[in-house]
Amino acid sequence: MKKIKVAIIGPGNIGTDLMYKIMRSKYLQMYLMTGIIESEGIRRAAGLGFKTATNSVQAILDDPEVQIVFDATSAKAHTMHAPLLKAAGKIVVDMTPAAVGPYVVPCVNLDEFSHVDNFNMVTCGGQATIPIAYAINSVANSEYTEIISALSSKSAGPGTRANIDEFTQTTSEALVVVGGADRAKAIIVLNPAEPPVMMTNTIYSIVKNPDEKKIVEAVNKIVKEVQEYVPGYQLRVPPTIDGNKVTVILQVEGSGDFLPKYSGNLDIINAAAVAVAEKVAYNLLKEGK
Amino acid sequence: MSKSKINIVDTTLRDGSHAVSHSFTVDQATAIASGLDKVGASIIEISHGDGIAGSSINYGFSITDEKELIKAANKVIKNSKLGILIIPGIGTIEDLQEVRELGASVARVATHVTEADVAIQHIRAAKDMGMMAVGFLMMSHMASPEKIVEQAKIFVAAGADYINLADSAGFMTPNDVRARVSLLKNSIDIPVGFHSHNNLGLSIANSIAAVEEGATYIDATCRGLGAGAGNTQNEVLCAVLDRLGYDTGMDLYGIMDLAEQVVEPIMKRPQVIKTGSLMLGYAGVYSSFLLHTYKAAEKYNLNPRDILIELGKRKMVGGQEDMIIEIAHTLSLKGGKNNEL
Repeated sequence: MKKIKVAIIGPGNIGTDLMYKIMRSKYLQMYLMTGIIESEGIRRAAGLGFKTATNSVQAILDDPEVQIVFDATSAKAHTMHAPLLKAAGKIVVDMTPAAVGPYVVPCVNLDEFSHVDNFNMVTCGGQATIPIAYAINSVANSEYTEIISALSSKSAGPGTRANIDEFTQTTSEALVVVGGADRAKAIIVLNPAEPPVMMTNTIYSIVKNPDEKKIVEAVNKIVKEVQEYVPGYQLRVPPTIDGNKVTVILQVEGSGDFLPKYSGNLDIINAAAVAVAEKVAYNLLKEGK
Repeated sequence: MSKSKINIVDTTLRDGSHAVSHSFTVDQATAIASGLDKVGASIIEISHGDGIAGSSINYGFSITDEKELIKAANKVIKNSKLGILIIPGIGTIEDLQEVRELGASVARVATHVTEADVAIQHIRAAKDMGMMAVGFLMMSHMASPEKIVEQAKIFVAAGADYINLADSAGFMTPNDVRARVSLLKNSIDIPVGFHSHNNLGLSIANSIAAVEEGATYIDATCRGLGAGAGNTQNEVLCAVLDRLGYDTGMDLYGIMDLAEQVVEPIMKRPQVIKTGSLMLGYAGVYSSFLLHTYKAAEKYNLNPRDILIELGKRKMVGGQEDMIIEIAHTLSLKGGKNNEL
């Protein structure tokens, strides 16, 4: 069966884990890994038999075979890459908080974007909490939603650390835009405990219609949908209703493709990104492109 | 050799906010800030207990917006500096800009003791705005003196004006404090400060130990108002430092009167060491977890002690109040008993 050729810019932890996930895909073919230096990630991709380059985005622009691009660099770099990739007709899955394109959370709004050429993956905390926020809002009407994402220190890379405000600001914005709350707040906590803690997320929502049965049903349904692309996504505390406040706590265990299992935060954003790309690839294949 | 000046950093209107469940009013903030300014506090810190923008479901909503409190305090502060606390991951640089415009001139940027690098941008932003910037390491009992030096140097490189060690769990004994403060003091060129909680009844002793090892900024609150068993009691600290011959620049009778006449009537309960707060200090648990733990224990019909010991075992850090609910839920499924106790 024909597959769509994929390139990754940024051979770091995210890029490398994406590579392993893409290797398992029915619709995507891992094809090119590109970076800026001859790094460990480049060597690993070359060792697996993939094309590699060290001239960053240029290698993709020069190669008409590439149809889908994952940008795992930084918001600043992606802002420069985006117009070039667009002009070259590539479809982009943006792992950075640049938000050139719309926020996408696969089980919530992917179907709305059939003709988008740049998808933004929000943040890891956004991918973990927006499905629940969306499910609660869809049946209970959220006035205010607040999330707390706790990550193990080891799984928070230098990019996250240097731009921690981007996490809170992007996540809270997406909780409104995609999750549907009227107002939102996002908090991130890093915990250095050894052995590393699993990514844990708490979702609180103040709602207008605290109908327990409907909320529980909606949350359970969306958890199953997320589990289709993130098997380690599970509730720790089921929807608990206290007056007009709903509390849900969940844990994300990574699949351990390349990164350790405690890095559920990296796993969920990568799994979501691959789900987006697969949908795009499926449509391209269906259209015979 | 004359003893160095000890700067009193009063945090009644910040850490004390936990003990009144973030209910300070404009009138209360005005009276306390104005009193502290008159008696000679170096820095008066005002924020939600979890720092600016801490008002939330997780940490409790402020009854009065902290910005209103800061604005009111700024009107009456003449000599002291007006400070705020910010915890990156909760508050942002945008929040910092807002309070800067309202008159705050000191930004204490707090991270867990091993995570200083998340605060580099906030320290730099505070300096760019012309503020005094302080690197504040929470839960410092959880790291070795060497690790603390490594983390403090990240703050120093970012431009911090002093480094504050916080015994957020009230876990340390005076020797723990001495080891950390003395190595830090000998390893960096900027001043060192210390913040304690009285969960083991050691906050005055620990503050004195810090001072004797060279700390020159000490956090305290009137009547000890603060999370857990409270903070170092300001009026007691001033009396002890005075007896030991240190200059704090504080009016001792003035701070006694302020604590008794203005702060005490506001208090919701006496700041004594009850079982819950003793457990914080014993198990090494973040002091602000206390009141949230009582609430969860009641809701899930548990003994607060069981929740606290589990929080300590799981090494939860500041800001993880949500895990109190997770642990309470898990314990209640096990029949309400922590079997390993």
